[in-house]
Amino acid sequence: MPKIPGMIVGLGVTARTFVRTVFPDGLLKPPNPSKGAHTVQYPREKEAPPARARGVIALHNDNCTACMLCARECPDWCIYIEGHKELAPPRRAGGKPRQKNKLDRFDIDFALCMYCGICVEVCPFDALFWSPEYEFSEPKIADLLHDKSRLADWMETVPEFLTYEDGSEQKVRKVPEPSS
Amino acid sequence: MISTLAVALDDYWVTTIFRIVGGLVAILLPAGTLVYLFLFKMMSFMQSRLGPMEAGPYGSLQLVAEVGKWIQKEDIFPERADKYVFALAPVVVLISTFVLVLVVPFGPDAVLLDLDVGIYFALAVSSISVIGILMAGWASASKYALLGGLRAAGQLIAYELPLVLAVLGVVIQAETLNMNDIVRAQANWEIFGFGGFGMPFIITQFVGFCVFLVAIQAELTQPPFDMPVAESELVTGYLTEYSGLRFLLFFIGEFATAGVFSFIGSVLFLGGWWVPIPGLEVESNWWNIIGPLVMAGKMMLISFFIFWFRITYPRFREDQLQRLAWKFLIPVALANIVITGILKVVF
Repeated sequence: MPKIPGMIVGLGVTARTFVRTVFPDGLLKPPNPSKGAHTVQYPREKEAPPARARGVIALHNDNCTACMLCARECPDWCIYIEGHKELAPPRRAGGKPRQKNKLDRFDIDFALCMYCGICVEVCPFDALFWSPEYEFSEPKIADLLHDKSRLADWMETVPEFLTYEDGSEQKVRKVPEPSS
Repeated sequence: MISTLAVALDDYWVTTIFRIVGGLVAILLPAGTLVYLFLFKMMSFMQSRLGPMEAGPYGSLQLVAEVGKWIQKEDIFPERADKYVFALAPVVVLISTFVLVLVVPFGPDAVLLDLDVGIYFALAVSSISVIGILMAGWASASKYALLGGLRAAGQLIAYELPLVLAVLGVVIQAETLNMNDIVRAQANWEIFGFGGFGMPFIITQFVGFCVFLVAIQAELTQPPFDMPVAESELVTGYLTEYSGLRFLLFFIGEFATAGVFSFIGSVLFLGGWWVPIPGLEVESNWWNIIGPLVMAGKMMLISFFIFWFRITYPRFREDQLQRLAWKFLIPVALANIVITGILKVVF
């Protein structure tokens, strides 16, 4: 069979996409472009993002030790952390009281964030998580600075950790319950 | 239909009003239909999306919204622009379209101007838009607009030639330049004694039809021939400095011309207002009523191909575009004329 010229193949591609979009149930059924199209009519219907989608960053307060690793690795310097040291009761009776880092401020400026995920990657204590939630736009740019409590609220939207496919490095991460 | 009614009333102003209304309908109705059905909807479906859905059911009032938006916009003149030429350029482009529709027959009597040199006139006035585009490009005082205007002029002149040569094959076969007589020639035409019910010229002039399609695609600066408005290098070419109503005029001009060229193509190659069914009377008065509808259907068919090509193909480079016109289309059209002429003499 002689090779069909690419010009004609191209016309076939657009024609086939047209038919598939307008008649998703076959040519004999009534046309239904809303079903055939790959897009959704956004404000009315919403697309469920994949579980690993990078929407917004959530913070699990209790795990954070204010070690500043995320703030230092952030390419945009959009993470602001302040903390102080507190004395915690000793582990064994009669022992020395432990020193603990207490988090005073943990802000992420999503106006600057470029969603690279390096902070989530470097956090040694599993305090930062990706959430697929994407609807957090604000009329004022300053409101995109999410503080500690707002970041903690996002923890509710973090899905359970999905195991990687076979053959890849198995790394299991436990997603903690949102702290009250 | 328009002129018979006008003749019955026999009044200069009535005739004029009928002509204006008829011309506006013949220009704006196809332009709106093409933009909504093909540019908005078919293009979206071919890209697996829905297109406009908010204004009216299935976005059918989107055009009203768009026109309303353009009219509200500020009419910006660049500081160093040649104001009068800048303001006049979109009007010149639009007028070329309006003059073009004059000679298109929608029925035996439903033609605004029944010229004996009809198709010649149409091809001549279609070049007026080149002047408008050059005016826009030069008067904008912008390097993008100037380059776009020059590219457009080079392209339109290059593709004018295959367009004329492709039409010549039809003219040789029909033995007339009058567009209504070209339709009648197709209605009364037969090949090897077979026929008698009127076959369109596309059967013998298929090569000419293909050249014509490519040439009008380029004349309309539709993709893949949209080098003059190549947004990745020239912003939007000669349209760069235009805004508001004047941009809208260019926009209407572009798509109205697509409709009118489709009308001309259907007259030349698809039999115009004639339907190839045996036993129909060519001079029947009914054609003045059915004719416009038949023409609209054939216009949609040709426009469908124009927009299908527009949606499918990526843009030609400037040198590829010129090479296609001068080294391929013109020789093919010339060969078509020679063969048509020889066969015309032989049979």
